[in-house]
Amino acid sequence: MSTVLEKMGRTVEEAISRALDELKVERSQVDVEVLDEGNKGIFGLIGTKTARVRVTLKETPGERVKKFLDEVFEKMNLNVQMVVEEDDKAVYVKIEGEDSGIIIGRRGETLEALQFLSCLVVNNGKGDYKKVIIDIENYRKRREDTLVKLSHKLAERVIKSKKNITLEPMSPYERRIIHSTLQNNKYVKTYSIGDEPNRKVVISLK
Amino acid sequence: MKELLETIVRALVDNPDEISVNEVEGEKSLILELRVAPGDMGKVIGKQGRIAKAIRTVMKAAAVKENKRVVVEIIQ
Repeated sequence: MSTVLEKMGRTVEEAISRALDELKVERSQVDVEVLDEGNKGIFGLIGTKTARVRVTLKETPGERVKKFLDEVFEKMNLNVQMVVEEDDKAVYVKIEGEDSGIIIGRRGETLEALQFLSCLVVNNGKGDYKKVIIDIENYRKRREDTLVKLSHKLAERVIKSKKNITLEPMSPYERRIIHSTLQNNKYVKTYSIGDEPNRKVVISLK
Repeated sequence: MKELLETIVRALVDNPDEISVNEVEGEKSLILELRVAPGDMGKVIGKQGRIAKAIRTVMKAAAVKENKRVVVEIIQ
């Protein structure tokens, strides 16, 4: 729900600042519609008219994401709970519930899609770019642990067999986890081949 | 299914009033024909079809619960 407020003042600026004081928000958090420009008149005496503005409190990116996802999950008939937090850079969504598995999808495919769409929804109406990060039942952390373990294991195998290993296609985020895990390994190096969305990490001997 | 597609697309386009979804029900699959304003085509397809792919992925996930195959066709 958006809050709407109408204020008057001698000038448009004064009317706006009165509204901002009352709402206790910054100028960037509202939309302003000038209803009446006002007029200082001649010598401030003849023909003075007060300025009138309508100030609408903008939805924050977090609120927009929550509204979007709430509606999507409702239409999907999913039973989940959601907590949304936000700071200057990003919106963080945490999801829990019995239907989490459906939202994660095969190798996190659905989770990525929802995150991508939410990001578009937030950054639709210009303004500063905000990242959206969705996590479900700690999936991201668990996946990261799995990838770290996997890269160590595969590095061992490359060293023993002296043959390259190509991993399955992964998202940029997941590839980065593998690159950084093996970055300081003395015996192997990593690089990526192929084009998105089929880009894969290769582990090879140095 | 139709409502879910409309919900997602409405949040992405500039002209939500011009969205239309036509359902074609098959035996095992459901085809959803999506039409949007010409200027909004890019907003539902995206670079290299990235947005269209994400929309289809979410629709597929929703279909799991209903035990159906769902196909989203974007019509010019």
